[in-house]
Amino acid sequence: MNFIPKMNRRSFIVGTAAAGGGLAIGFDLPLGGPQVIRAADDSPELTAWIVIRPDDTVVIRMARSEMGQGTITGLAQLVAEELECNWSKVTTEYPTPGQSVARKRAWGDFSTGGSRGIRMSHEYVRKAGATARTMLVQAAANQWKVQPAECVAANSVITHTGSGRKVTYGKIAEAAAKLDPPKDVTLKDPKDWKIAGKRLKRLDTAAKTNGKMIYGADFKMPGMLNAAIKQCPVFGGKLASFDEAKISGMKGVKRVVKVGDNAVAVVADTWWHAKSALDKLPITWDEGPNAKVQQAAVNARLKAGFDAEQAFVGNKNGDAKAALAGATKKVEASYAYPWLNHAAMEPLNATALYTPDKCEVWCGTQNGEAAFAATLAASGLPANNCDVHKLMLGGGFGRRGAFHDYVTQAVLIAKQMPGTPVKLLWSREEDMQHGAYHPITQCKLTGGLDADGNLVALHARISGQSILTSVRPEALVNGMDPATFQGFAATGEAAIGYSVPNLLVEHAMYNPHVPPGFWRGVNVNQNAIYLECFMDELAFEAKQDPLEFRRKLMSKHPKHLGVLNAVAEKAGWGKPAPQGIFRGIAQHMGYGSYVAAVAEISVIDGNKIKIHRIIGATDPGFAVNPAQIERQIAGSFVYGLSALFHGECTVKDGRIVQDNFDSYNSMRISEMPKVEAIVMPTGGTPWGGVGEPTICVAAPAVLNAYFAATGKRVRSVPLKNEKIYFA
Amino acid sequence: MVRLNINGKSIDVDVEADTPLLWVIRENVGLTGTKYGCGIAQCGACTVHINGVATRSCGMQVSEAVGKQITTIEGLAKNGAQHSVQKAWIENDVPQCGYCQSGMIMAAAALLKEKPKPTDADIDAAITNICRCGTFQQVREAIHMAAKSA
Ligand code: FES
Ligand code: FES
Repeated sequence: MNFIPKMNRRSFIVGTAAAGGGLAIGFDLPLGGPQVIRAADDSPELTAWIVIRPDDTVVIRMARSEMGQGTITGLAQLVAEELECNWSKVTTEYPTPGQSVARKRAWGDFSTGGSRGIRMSHEYVRKAGATARTMLVQAAANQWKVQPAECVAANSVITHTGSGRKVTYGKIAEAAAKLDPPKDVTLKDPKDWKIAGKRLKRLDTAAKTNGKMIYGADFKMPGMLNAAIKQCPVFGGKLASFDEAKISGMKGVKRVVKVGDNAVAVVADTWWHAKSALDKLPITWDEGPNAKVQQAAVNARLKAGFDAEQAFVGNKNGDAKAALAGATKKVEASYAYPWLNHAAMEPLNATALYTPDKCEVWCGTQNGEAAFAATLAASGLPANNCDVHKLMLGGGFGRRGAFHDYVTQAVLIAKQMPGTPVKLLWSREEDMQHGAYHPITQCKLTGGLDADGNLVALHARISGQSILTSVRPEALVNGMDPATFQGFAATGEAAIGYSVPNLLVEHAMYNPHVPPGFWRGVNVNQNAIYLECFMDELAFEAKQDPLEFRRKLMSKHPKHLGVLNAVAEKAGWGKPAPQGIFRGIAQHMGYGSYVAAVAEISVIDGNKIKIHRIIGATDPGFAVNPAQIERQIAGSFVYGLSALFHGECTVKDGRIVQDNFDSYNSMRISEMPKVEAIVMPTGGTPWGGVGEPTICVAAPAVLNAYFAATGKRVRSVPLKNEKIYFA
Repeated sequence: MVRLNINGKSIDVDVEADTPLLWVIRENVGLTGTKYGCGIAQCGACTVHINGVATRSCGMQVSEAVGKQITTIEGLAKNGAQHSVQKAWIENDVPQCGYCQSGMIMAAAALLKEKPKPTDADIDAAITNICRCGTFQQVREAIHMAAKSA
């Protein structure tokens, strides 16, 4: 996999002559035919996505970012499937956003979040593969003066069935590149897949086992300096002053610079020198009014939202309030979910090189185009004078997608030192205290049961933060944040799986000053706890088995029910669990995928939980690489369970208290349950995602199992606050 | 000037004696396979071998490493042959983002040196590295795989 950065300006050279609308790269103009676009090594392109070298190497270009989720391998599988190429000859590379802009977004959307990598691009990347294959076959047929229909392509070789003549892709690519692409291509039926849908190994593993993979933090350039930064600890505060003289003589220190209006950076020969000097720099902050904000006040405001008069309605049918008033039994509970930091293993960083007519950035990003936009804005230079070179991400989880504050800062620093490349690396402490946090919310739920224990009404009042209001206000609908209702919605890619005759789901919005962001799973994390733990409470009050109680409400939701049944069956739900083992169950929907889990736990001394196994199922419609999906299920459970047990960011005097992994802990291998993954695609459109959806069912399954074991409901997380820990 | 022995080679570096070994390895020696994750010996991303023992290099001053054999992820393969742990990692497709994996692999290699056939409990005790991508299930399988192959 070609993530090793090249030092030349472009990994393939964009020429200045515009032709056919796109910026061509050096091209032939054969008599009559279209021009051939060439990669830097002179190999021809067959569509913007595919370059075939004379030695049969297939270079597949992808705009989405690899951050561990396996998207690049999966997308390459889809291209290779239609291309009918030899998988062992496949390598991948990233086009840059600058190249994309110059070629009218030839590679489509760069954004890699919302579990979109594959589900939103599978069609056009498969078409690219099919288009290139059609051109290769046509070129071979032309050479042999036969009909393309008489030729078959397989494993990077085209064979004329009548005569047995053969030609490899590498040999025919030149001729194929000169042909007009077909207007339309037919994609394979997934049941005929040979490369896609298979448990292939990732393309990027070797370099991740020997130290060779270059992450943003590892990037080096000749003459590069290193920067360490401190931002005003209170969100919304500003930098007042700093006393540069106190540190300017320290070893290695080159410059002390103001960064925007809220930060100061020390630039030095090494990062360690920069950080050591920064720690000694006297800084005065203008903390502003938010410096008075305390966690208890935030929590009180959240609680007040339960009774607030104004609330957005996210889903409604029947008359929940009237039905509740008339119900035989009313059940009520309120839940709370905290702020969380993404805490990707690699702290945020970016390298920038600025000259008055050019600005380039090297960084890990989930959205190359957003990093590019940040580069343009901070440098003040036009698009064709800027570019961003994507490097491997040491985790993203949403932090490196919608927010490119680290890119902006790197450019603002580099701008003050024209001609000198500067790498900005945040300390873990900065990373923890200047996040884009999982939104904080609480939820009050009221359910009504009739005399037979049927759920006749459900009212959920969510109170708290909206991500879109702060991050993407243009996506609000008359002020309402639809994303708040993930998993509670009537229809769509995060629809509720229950038919409740009288339903009301509302959101009383309250936006404290702590910036919210998209955190792996986003709003399904808390909503799955709210809904699925409360369903467990309702089942208990109705004196029914939690699975049977749910099933009765799910007859109109066959896909939700499908994954729920799958985990129940595998767990042996209904049969007694082994001595001392207790089970909990949950299901949800997000990002177009249906997910469910059964957790099996034991509890020691009432407060130490050993999770023995979690069975997790997902129905993403289509499974491009089941082995990687299994890894996403297990990995998402680790992220979700780390949050359930340990994760919480709190505010004191307007700033985040937790500053490193000692105060913001993350799960270890000793706490890892055995994860049994069920990948059960049932087709349909649109496809579902896999990076996020399963994350949300681990926590409610464990909480429900904890109730089964102890009779105690925990309605506020993380568990450490209730003095409940991993065994 | 400090003289270090890294991956079998003797290297002189011009650093202050109290610089954390992690930053000397990354910035002065230029081996970036060893990662910075926390700087406070919590996450294990910076794990190297000091005389064969898994050690968090962010918590060790460079002066303490003088005269000792330092092995980083780049020096784990011997004469071009991958370590059994690296092979098992590739075979089992362990890494996701991969950022924690240098440290994870160094911790696993040290464990296997000490206990060639580790139990799950041995793994739980020895591997305390953080992996935010959540590769633990694959890590455990790969350690057992490497133990079998050795
Ligand atoms: S960087 Fe050394 S343990 Fe985290
Ligand atoms: S593989 Fe990403 S942190 Fe471990």
